Amino acid sequence: MQEFDAIIVGAGPAGLRAANNLAKAKFKVLCLDKKQEIGVPKRCAEGLGLGWFERLGLKPNPKWAVQEIEGAALYAPSEKKVELRFKSISGYILERRVFEKELAKETSMNGAIIKTKANAFAFKRNSGKVEVKVNESGIVKEYAAPLIIACDGVESLTARKLGVNTAIEIPDYDSGYQYEMANIEIPDEKLIHLYFGTEVAPRGYVWIFPKGKNHANVGVGIGGMNEKTAKSYLDKFIASHPGLSKGSIIEVNCGCVPVGGFLDDMTADNLLIVGDAAHQVNPIHGGGIGIAMEAADIACDTAIKAFKAKDFSHEFLQQYNSHWYEKRGNKLKAILKKRMMFENLKDKDFETLAESVTGDDILKLTEGDLVGAAKVVTKKLIKYPGLVRVMLKYLK
Amino acid sequence: MAVKNNAEKCCYCGGCVGCCPVMAIELKDIRIMIDNEKCTSCGNCVKICPVGAMEVLR
Repeated sequence: MQEFDAIIVGAGPAGLRAANNLAKAKFKVLCLDKKQEIGVPKRCAEGLGLGWFERLGLKPNPKWAVQEIEGAALYAPSEKKVELRFKSISGYILERRVFEKELAKETSMNGAIIKTKANAFAFKRNSGKVEVKVNESGIVKEYAAPLIIACDGVESLTARKLGVNTAIEIPDYDSGYQYEMANIEIPDEKLIHLYFGTEVAPRGYVWIFPKGKNHANVGVGIGGMNEKTAKSYLDKFIASHPGLSKGSIIEVNCGCVPVGGFLDDMTADNLLIVGDAAHQVNPIHGGGIGIAMEAADIACDTAIKAFKAKDFSHEFLQQYNSHWYEKRGNKLKAILKKRMMFENLKDKDFETLAESVTGDDILKLTEGDLVGAAKVVTKKLIKYPGLVRVMLKYLK
Repeated sequence: MAVKNNAEKCCYCGGCVGCCPVMAIELKDIRIMIDNEKCTSCGNCVKICPVGAMEVLR
C-alpha cells in the first residue's frame, strides 16, 4: 500500500490549494477527484472579488480572469436599479475550467500527485493512519496517510464516512441553476447584475455575471425550501427578458450551496474539512472560491504543525477551527444575520430601498460599516416604519 | 421507502447527496446511485433539486 503524508479528497479550489501548499512545503501529497476533468462541470457563477486576489496572493491572469468587474447593479422587482460603481476594478469573472487546471498544473509541478476519475469510496482508521480505497477507472487501489483533508464539496461523504456529520439542513441550503449564454444583451458588461423579488427568486436573486460583452453566466439561487425548482424561476426570468431569450445556451450548470449552517467542529482524528464540504460559504451571496482557498491555507498551517508534532488527534487538529473562526468564520456568522434581514423584505420593501438608497449606502452595508449604513438608511427610510423595524432588528 | 432519479433531467450537481440525512445517495462522476434500503423518503433531495430530477416513490 502506497503511503502519503496527506491524502486530499477533491481537486476543486480548496483541494488544489491545500495540495499545492503542502507540496510546496515538501510533503508527499495525493489529491484525488472523482470527476474525469478538473474544473468541469462548474457549479458556480465564477465571480471573485479583488480583495480575494490580494488575500490569496493571486495575480489575475487573462487566461482565466476573463472579465474585469467595476461594481454591481441591483434591481428591485420593478427593475428600478441602484448602481454601485467603484472607481477601479473590484473583481473578476473567472473561467474556472482554466483557473483550476492552471492551479492543478502548478500543484503537480510542485510535486503533488493528482488523479482524476479516482473515487475515494472507503476509509478505515488503522494504527494512526487512514487507509483509503480508491476506484481509479474501474481498478480499486489502496493508499494510506495519517491525514485526510476532505475538500469534496457539498456532496462530501469523506467527512461523513470518517464520523463527522456534515449533512446540510434544507433551510441552510440554496438551490442554484445557471446557463452560460452567448449572443445576449448585457446592460453593462463591467457590472454584475442582480435581480431581487419574491417572484424573481425567493430568498435569493437572479444574476448576470458577464464573461464578455455578449456572453455571461445567467443564473438563479433560491432557498432550498421552495416548492418550485430553481430551473423554473430562471426559465421564467429569461422568457420575460428578450435581450436574454434571443441568445443561446452554451452550458447548463447546476449546484446547491450550503449558505449558513456553519460547522462548529471541522475536524476529527486524522481529518480536516475544507470548503463547501465544511459549509464555508458567504451566506448572503453564496460565493465560496476565496473562502475555500483561504480556509485551505489555514488548514495547511494546522497540518504542517501536526506533521511536526506527529500528532493527528482530534484534539490537536481542532486548532484549525479556532483559527478559521477568528479569521473568517465569525465575520460570516455576522453576515448570516444580515441575510435574515433580506429574507424578511417584501417586494414593496425592495422598491422602497431602490427609491431611497444609493449605491454608497449599500457599499457601507456590504463592507460591514453597519452602524454608519443603518444611520443613513434609517434616516432616508423614516417614512417607512415597518421596513426600518425589520432592518434595525437585524443590523444591531 | 424509495426515491428515483430522472437521469434525463439530472445535471449531477450532487445537491441531493449533501442533504440526504442517511447517506443513501452517492454521486459517481455522472451517475446518481441510490441505496433504497437506507432511504427514509424524507423528501430533502426532492426539495433541493434545482431541476426536479428527484421523485419520492409512494
